[in-house]
Amino acid sequence: MVLKDAINRVPENLIIKKNVAMIDATGVYYRDLNSLLRSLDGNGIEKIEICNVYGQRYIGTDLDGHIKIDVYGTPGNDLGAFMKGANITVHGNVQDGCGNTMDHGQIVVHGRAGDLVGHSMRGGKIFIRDDAGYRVGIHMKEYLGKRPFIVIGGTAQDFLGEYMAGGVLVVLGINMKESRHNARFVGTGMHGGTMYIRGEVRHLGEEVEVTDLEEDDFRLLGGLVDEFCSYYGLDAEKILESKFNKLVPVSSRPYGNLYAY
Amino acid sequence: MKSYVSPEYIVERDQDRCIRCKVCVNQCSYETHYYDEEDDIILSRNENCVNCQRCATFCPTQAITIRENPNHYRSNANWTQEAIAGIKKQAETGGVVLTGMGCDKPNLTYWDRLLLNASQVTNPSIDPLREPMEMRTYIGSKPDSLELDAEECGGVMLKTKLAPQLRLETPIMFSAMSYGSISLNVHKSLARAASEVGTFYNTGEGGLEKSLYKYGDHVIVQVASGRFGVHSEYLNAGAAIEIKIGQGAKPGIGGHLPGEKVSKEISETRMIPVGTDALSPAPQHDIYSIEDLRQLIYALKEATDYTKPVFVKIAAVHNSAAIASGIVRAGADAVVLDGVRGGTGAAPRIIRDNVGIPIELALASVDQRLRDEGIRNKASVIAAGGIKSSADVLKAIALGADAVYIATAALVALGCTVCQKCYTGKCPWGIATTDLWLTKRINPDLGAKRLSGLLRGWSLEIMEMMGGMGINAIESVRGNRLLLRGVGLSDTELKILGVRMAGE
Repeated sequence: MVLKDAINRVPENLIIKKNVAMIDATGVYYRDLNSLLRSLDGNGIEKIEICNVYGQRYIGTDLDGHIKIDVYGTPGNDLGAFMKGANITVHGNVQDGCGNTMDHGQIVVHGRAGDLVGHSMRGGKIFIRDDAGYRVGIHMKEYLGKRPFIVIGGTAQDFLGEYMAGGVLVVLGINMKESRHNARFVGTGMHGGTMYIRGEVRHLGEEVEVTDLEEDDFRLLGGLVDEFCSYYGLDAEKILESKFNKLVPVSSRPYGNLYAY
Repeated sequence: MKSYVSPEYIVERDQDRCIRCKVCVNQCSYETHYYDEEDDIILSRNENCVNCQRCATFCPTQAITIRENPNHYRSNANWTQEAIAGIKKQAETGGVVLTGMGCDKPNLTYWDRLLLNASQVTNPSIDPLREPMEMRTYIGSKPDSLELDAEECGGVMLKTKLAPQLRLETPIMFSAMSYGSISLNVHKSLARAASEVGTFYNTGEGGLEKSLYKYGDHVIVQVASGRFGVHSEYLNAGAAIEIKIGQGAKPGIGGHLPGEKVSKEISETRMIPVGTDALSPAPQHDIYSIEDLRQLIYALKEATDYTKPVFVKIAAVHNSAAIASGIVRAGADAVVLDGVRGGTGAAPRIIRDNVGIPIELALASVDQRLRDEGIRNKASVIAAGGIKSSADVLKAIALGADAVYIATAALVALGCTVCQKCYTGKCPWGIATTDLWLTKRINPDLGAKRLSGLLRGWSLEIMEMMGGMGINAIESVRGNRLLLRGVGLSDTELKILGVRMAGE
């Protein structure tokens, strides 16, 4: 019934073939698009292809199933915000807030990302093929089985991993123009989690220390880089040949001694 | 280092009355009292006493009196005891002086300088004991106009689709206090009381404990900068969502729940490892502008399929009116204003007592601004921070609030004596603590009863005051500033409050 209502609203833009839905998002308001996605979710549709996406926000938010979504074009801010299980592939760039407070699921971007990738994310994986903007992975956190992963293929801007409280953040520096990552204040306020950065970083926050990778690190990193390369047809071995720096917090309680009791 | 800070309180024990039962020893979580077996006597360490009155209340023979230390520094209106002791403490620790609850300075309250009206001769008063009084109100965005359809049977149908609303049976809700800053038993008491009375309790930023999901219809879930315990299930569990931008006790700064308080139970609800600091950054890092705020408001609406009102809570600050206008235009269903006297589990004292403005002024200016711009109907206004009585509630509504939030008052109902030591996590009343030995001291059944008792008592008083003014619906009081008169206020203050001088 819901599905029928939704189809009635944008009938000419939706084609359903077996369990695959195809949507032409040209000129569709984001609310209508997301409402359509919600109506398709859980109705036997396993994959949704959305073409001509042009800035529509919140794609993937509030979808229940482990539905697969292919986005062609440029989705708007907060792609997959509060997401709980969908698997999104973007054939294009993403804007700000991709994976904001995401809990579960996966986002693979064949392009670059704006600011705030994975802000406060608690679970799931985000792969960005090219560069990302400011504050990537800010305040990511992990808890028991929930552990978020972000892999950025290129470089990222300032405040990478700021306030990071858990999870794993990898920056590969592929095709970097400069000799080092230009980001400043990397890991400022970091008090949990791990960053692996291929190449040197211009400026670190006071709350991080750089260490060498150990066997467990190589295993974890190897798995993530393999997965990353599998999406973009790259050579994982070649990437893993280079030196990585591991960034960890100096303390899990960076602000423990601020107060007079 | 020898501390130069002298004890604030002296514990006096009437040894003739003391029966050595050791209740005081067991009740004090600051280890103030101890039993000396050799001499069979109970003694006290004055320096540990915070004057919470737990021991005095529970002493079966009323043998204990807590007095302020008479050893004052030389009296000085400028160099107060607090100023001198604070400096000494900081010199010894090199840290920020922490405190709990709301600002304790006398000069920031306006409620007491605002007086309510009553009917005499020309307009009959109403006796609420015999005549119906409407205390119900709705929180949420109201449409600019209503479209109605006449039904064949003669009835009327509402054609306009209303935005989601919260139905309050009394215009008082329990304000945000996180699980972590207060105990689970307090949350249970608040949730049960809110359900019984027909109002709402706010989770604060620490998530909603699993066993409380069943009270969801009476829960407002908060989303703050730390995003602790925020996930789709949580957002959908409550009746409304509140975005916390600021808090009256500490505008502009974030929060640190120290690792010591992140016990196993807290960690499960906040979804962070045991013993790590729960850091709430000062800003929400996805909100740097009104446009960004709109983005989060709509992200939350998308995440809940537009079924729940979204509140935005700010601390009352200098530009509140303009900010509130932005918040309403950003699509919020309610604006929450938290004044300078609003409470906290922990804040730097310097911030608590010096940053922000009184709720009365912020509320009046926000209400006026939204009216002037013709957008007052688009969002409800909720006032918080320093509401101590039913008269304060009614005055807040007359100044323009749709409803109020109370928190300190609710804790006082549960036993809190406002000793301001919430930040230690050792609350002897079992409220602001996560220590399971102490949290047992609040029984949720009795707690809910005390809280419902408070709301019932205040509601009866509000009805009496309304009836006295010849008004039989709380919504007729809202923004009705003619019901108020000021005393001891300057022309500017009266102008901002939109209230006339008493006698005028």
